[in-house]
Amino acid sequence: MTTTTAPPAAAGTPERARFTAVLRAEWTKFRTVRGWVIAPVMAAVLCVLFTYLVANGTHTDYCTGTGDCTPGHAFVPTGPDGQAVADSYYTVGRQLTGDGTITTRITTLTGVTSTAPTSVAPSQARQTRPGLTPWAKAGILLRPSTRQGSAYAAVMATGGHGDRFQYNYGHDHAGRPGRAPRWLRLTRTGNTLAGYDSADGTTWTRIGTAHLAGLPATVHIGLFVTSPVSFRSSADGSRTLATATFDHTVISGHATPGAWRGQNIGAGEQDFYPTLRSGGYHRAGDSLVVSGSGDIAPAVVQGLLGANTAASSQPFGLTVALIVLIVVAAMFITAEYRRGLIRITFAAIPGRGRVLAAKAVVIGAVAFVIAAVAAAASIPLGEHVLHANGAYVFPAGALTVVRIIAGTAALSAITAIAVLAVGAITRKSAAAVAGGILVFVLPSLIGSLGSGGAVTWLYRLSPAAGLSVLQALPRSALVDYPYTFGNGYYPLAPWAGLGVLAAWAALALAIAAVVLRRRDA
Amino acid sequence: MNEATIEVTGLRKRYGPTLALDGVSFTAPPGKVTGFIGPNGAGKSTTIRVILGLDEPDEGRAWVGGHAYQALNHPLRHVGALVDAAAVQPSRTARNHLLWLARSQRLDAGRVDSVLGQVGLTAAARRKAGGFSLGMRQRLGIAAALLGDPPVVILDEPFNGMDPEGIVWMRALLRTLATEGRAVLVSSHLMSELQGIADHIVAIGRGKILADAAIEELLTGEQVLLQTPAPAEAAQVLQRAGGATTVLDDSTLGISALSARQVVEALGRSGVAFAEVSTRRATLEDVYFQLTNEETEFRTGTAVRR
Repeated sequence: MTTTTAPPAAAGTPERARFTAVLRAEWTKFRTVRGWVIAPVMAAVLCVLFTYLVANGTHTDYCTGTGDCTPGHAFVPTGPDGQAVADSYYTVGRQLTGDGTITTRITTLTGVTSTAPTSVAPSQARQTRPGLTPWAKAGILLRPSTRQGSAYAAVMATGGHGDRFQYNYGHDHAGRPGRAPRWLRLTRTGNTLAGYDSADGTTWTRIGTAHLAGLPATVHIGLFVTSPVSFRSSADGSRTLATATFDHTVISGHATPGAWRGQNIGAGEQDFYPTLRSGGYHRAGDSLVVSGSGDIAPAVVQGLLGANTAASSQPFGLTVALIVLIVVAAMFITAEYRRGLIRITFAAIPGRGRVLAAKAVVIGAVAFVIAAVAAAASIPLGEHVLHANGAYVFPAGALTVVRIIAGTAALSAITAIAVLAVGAITRKSAAAVAGGILVFVLPSLIGSLGSGGAVTWLYRLSPAAGLSVLQALPRSALVDYPYTFGNGYYPLAPWAGLGVLAAWAALALAIAAVVLRRRDA
Repeated sequence: MNEATIEVTGLRKRYGPTLALDGVSFTAPPGKVTGFIGPNGAGKSTTIRVILGLDEPDEGRAWVGGHAYQALNHPLRHVGALVDAAAVQPSRTARNHLLWLARSQRLDAGRVDSVLGQVGLTAAARRKAGGFSLGMRQRLGIAAALLGDPPVVILDEPFNGMDPEGIVWMRALLRTLATEGRAVLVSSHLMSELQGIADHIVAIGRGKILADAAIEELLTGEQVLLQTPAPAEAAQVLQRAGGATTVLDDSTLGISALSARQVVEALGRSGVAFAEVSTRRATLEDVYFQLTNEETEFRTGTAVRR
């Protein structure tokens, strides 16, 4: 008997120790129901299995202009940072050894756009209409070699973005706005490259500099023109070609003597980037007229490559796993209501908010670990199978893969916690499971069927926004592309999307906490 | 205030149109078994839920050892309760059911094995509670109530579903718990279960306390038993004469507040036939029927014999 020695009632134990006790109790509850332990493991297995099936159902054929198709995909260059890049253009140039400066003036920059979509082979779609795309580029290019995907720096005039200094596909500095005529200059000093522009050829403004480590003594320098696919008039995109007139071109430094040499880069049949036709150049008096088609920029045009990423085979398997986790999360609290066990729980732990918090921690941790394991297994598996089936898979850096795994885990944990809260509110398993699936899974299922504006809003406002953490397709401000859901792009950034889901979960938890406190058990 | 005391004052609780508790006050003192009796729906379970902080009363307060339940740190060390023996997760073993409760109170697993032994469930400890008979679940519920070695024990209908052997065991356990100095509050709708073990009776009907007295005070009266072929007529006559009647079976009436002679005289005057008149000492059951007569008559139109 402890009649006289019992500890004083109320507040004898620090809050943290009290919560730890509740947490241990809830964890004991969870692990001692075999079905609740088996189901999440099954969820992970199902996630991996369905990821494999989805990836295995994806086959990509690569077709030549003559209509022969074999499994595989067109050649996609990989840039210095490991990203997929477009590297297709026409250049006229020579070799430069050591430091030097190239100066030129662009007097005109014009362009044409194909009237047929990119899906039609260029040989069948010769018809064009005038039209210069905003990211058509003409200027001075310097790179160690013309191997596609290698490092570079360039200063250029563009169709609609003014003068730019760009290097290594993703790096961009803006110069003066407006179009030709204008003067451009690129200097090399050791490994440092600087781009300048000028309205009159006497007053120069530096746009930006780049440090290209390991730049060899002899590099390619030249004038270049390129013009990317335009999505202005066609959702499929239209091939374009730009033409620029250069004069007053001067190279100072040790340039190879002799004639300028023209080269069409990345415009072959095996290259992925759609070009209107081969570029070229000719002399017109003191001027050099150069035309080119393609782009030097990050590759985002997934319509041409497919939308496969390391995570693209995963959503279906993840949805299946989520449904299993939702059932377990709902049962974790509704089973107590069904059996009347909730009274024993609340008699043992009168702080009901503490019970809810402990249950949330337990089910959240279980879902997090299960989803992390499932994602860590299914991402490399899906990627491997896609590669084996000939599909192009957009390269994802280690950081991106870690983000997707952690994001998948967080997405599952937050969903499980939200469903637990719904279970606390409804007290009924069927209602909680149905509600959980309705609110947390259905939007993503609907979203996978359509791609209209309403669906985009689902991914902005509904809990389905959480799926944004799976985003692995690159996007770039340097490429005009409809970054729509239909093209594989979630409307929100990964962590912002997760934040939307977390806000829904927080709302459900807050309601649950209030209801639990006010309601008789 | 002794820690082993339950004190309930002025509880009022309404569920929609139903007034479940209408000013319930009583005290369950330490060292005694307090029988909490009343028909189903009288308010016993509601009162117990209020004491355990599960339901919030509209008015009034319940104290355990001078504290509100919500303020207790690790409440199972202060109050052990059996509220609903069916309340187990069927796929969890008996031992694991007690283990999570022990964790929540920062008690070690040794306590779990100890109470399992105390209620005779050691052999069944690793079986799933879903396969338990109601009697075994009652024992598991008792084990949970005793887990924290609490000075106050509250058991709601602990005899439900128990076999005769279990009932004998339960009665002995209740006595032992009281002898150890604990306050024991036991609710029941079956009077016979509490006869001989309750020290104190709190009777409740339709949310009101009907009696709150030591058992000796309640069992002083004598009862007259009447065998008659016309119990309905006899009851009418005797009630007019000032007696309280209970129908015990289709030819037997129990009468209190009248002596045997008064019964014979009243029936004689009215010419109601009867076969036999005898007297016996009142049982707890008689007291119960007397106290709850009005209540049950109101609901069913006729006295109910359980």
